[in-house]
Amino acid sequence: MKVKFFSLFLFLILILILIFLTFFKGLNKSNIYSPDNIIEKKIPSFSGRQFYNNMNITSEEIFNEEKFYLMNIWASWCVPCREEHSFLMKFKKLDGLEIIGLNYKDKNENAKTFLNELKDPYDLIIVDRDGTIAIEWGAYGVPETFLIYDKKIVKKIIGPLNDDLFFEIKDLIK
Amino acid sequence: MKMLRFLLVIFLAFNLNVSKADNENLEIKITKNLRCLICQGQSVYDSDSEFANSLKTLVKQKLNDGFEEKEIYEFLKNKYGEWILYDTKFNKNTYFLWLLPLLMFLMGGVILLKLFILRKN
Repeated sequence: MKVKFFSLFLFLILILILIFLTFFKGLNKSNIYSPDNIIEKKIPSFSGRQFYNNMNITSEEIFNEEKFYLMNIWASWCVPCREEHSFLMKFKKLDGLEIIGLNYKDKNENAKTFLNELKDPYDLIIVDRDGTIAIEWGAYGVPETFLIYDKKIVKKIIGPLNDDLFFEIKDLIK
Repeated sequence: MKMLRFLLVIFLAFNLNVSKADNENLEIKITKNLRCLICQGQSVYDSDSEFANSLKTLVKQKLNDGFEEKEIYEFLKNKYGEWILYDTKFNKNTYFLWLLPLLMFLMGGVILLKLFILRKN
């Protein structure tokens, strides 16, 4: 009887340890998503329609120079995009940085009103009507920003830009 | 002759249907195996978020472009990481996940065996 009780006890402890380890390993690492897996990757190749003149342009034509590019995914219906807009205007004043906008699942008129209202920080805007270009970039939604150098993704920001990120990127592109 | 032509039309109509349906079924199968990354516990097939809808469009496009099921998974794994697939592959990160049920099964077997022996004694 005593032996049986003991072995049962041991077994219970073992199970508990196993459960603990499972959760310890599983919960410790964030599984939501890790933007890191895209860092240092080459930019995807895609082609899209330009916002202002409706002409097609390929990614090779856009990111052809050896300088920093800031690619920002935005939409007029996205509230955080409004918040981060002032930072994009600040980025526009920096030298040696080209800002590319990807207009995500938006209506043309709405996007135009948005830019008229808040001013246009973009050097070039590409239209992504069905959201498939954003997927090529491994994006989750709006807003999202990529810093690109030498056809590689240097930094990926999910969500709106803020002061800290502004100075971080400013330092990076120096 | 007329009859033959009629049969041919019917034959073609049915066959074209089948290939279209196959593509659609495959599309559903693939989107059901993709995790909607911005939703909680939903597959891309079940979700109606912007992200999921874009993914559905993309899968459809890729299938039309002649991509294989595996190629689409590989493409998305490359973009979003292993986490986007429900059916994860066996590797050093997932061996625990895959072997745990087997381990539990074996442990259950040991318990049963032990009980059996104890009762016999």
